[in-house]
Amino acid sequence: MRSAIILFPGTNRERDMAAALKRASGRDPAIVWHAETTLPAVDLIVLPGGFSFGDYLRAGAIAARSPVMAEVVKRANEGVLVLGVCNGFQSLCEVGLLPGVLMRNASLKFVCREVKLEIANTQTPFTHAYRPRQIIRCPVAHHDGNYFADEATLDRLEGEGRIAFRYAEGTNPNGSRRDIAGILSERGNVLGMMPHPEDMTDEAHGALDGLGLFRSIAGIGEMAA
Amino acid sequence: MRARVFVTLKSGVLDPQGQAIQGALGALGFAGVQSVRQGKVFDIELADGADAETELKAMCEKLLANTVIENYRVEFGSDRG
Repeated sequence: MRSAIILFPGTNRERDMAAALKRASGRDPAIVWHAETTLPAVDLIVLPGGFSFGDYLRAGAIAARSPVMAEVVKRANEGVLVLGVCNGFQSLCEVGLLPGVLMRNASLKFVCREVKLEIANTQTPFTHAYRPRQIIRCPVAHHDGNYFADEATLDRLEGEGRIAFRYAEGTNPNGSRRDIAGILSERGNVLGMMPHPEDMTDEAHGALDGLGLFRSIAGIGEMAA
Repeated sequence: MRARVFVTLKSGVLDPQGQAIQGALGALGFAGVQSVRQGKVFDIELADGADAETELKAMCEKLLANTVIENYRVEFGSDRG
């Protein structure tokens, strides 16, 4: 599986993401600076976590208007897999690849803790290595993870199986509507999620529950290659 | 040409920051505060000759406001601040 990680000023989770991708696929991802206007040929594009542009204006707002994003949108529309984690999820909403917006946590506090996630849809390129309704452990670390969309959009996401992950067992850390932790684009090739699966992929992390996501993607990549 | 852009949360969108500010005002003894909604203000200077109204509307739609949750309003000719 060939992958690329997009780097913005203020991105800080690219190293763990690169390690997780290497672990699952055996290949190092390309690292692409946000000012680039081209991308290498890849099966997966990742927008990692961090605080791109210092969260100025709104989290992900400036990153979403970076030069490289036109190419990310083009590739997404061609069917290339795109994964946005945390700040990456915020940026995917801001650029319009995913509906809705991540608002300030209902508690107004930055949350950094472990939550339980339910795999709400296993028929996706990102989650097929998991069992239906499997509950996994996963860390979160964010200030703006409170997913908001109007009721019609939420109904549509549920009806179309586009909720990939839900906070489970009362662990919703941010007030997110309908316990949404991760959603898919209409075509299913773009996933945005607030929790950090890349930080549950090494024995030293305490569990390997996030590896299924990367193995799912790597499996697709191998089939495509 | 000067313009001032106001970006505010749409009604019905929860504003926890506004609520926290309301709580703090109450703690300072301002007992009559019934609601606080917070927002953003942008002062923008434009070169003369541009179609300012069209330009500013596009700026709001494309960047200054997230229209999923926010409304915007533009005032022209403001020389405040």
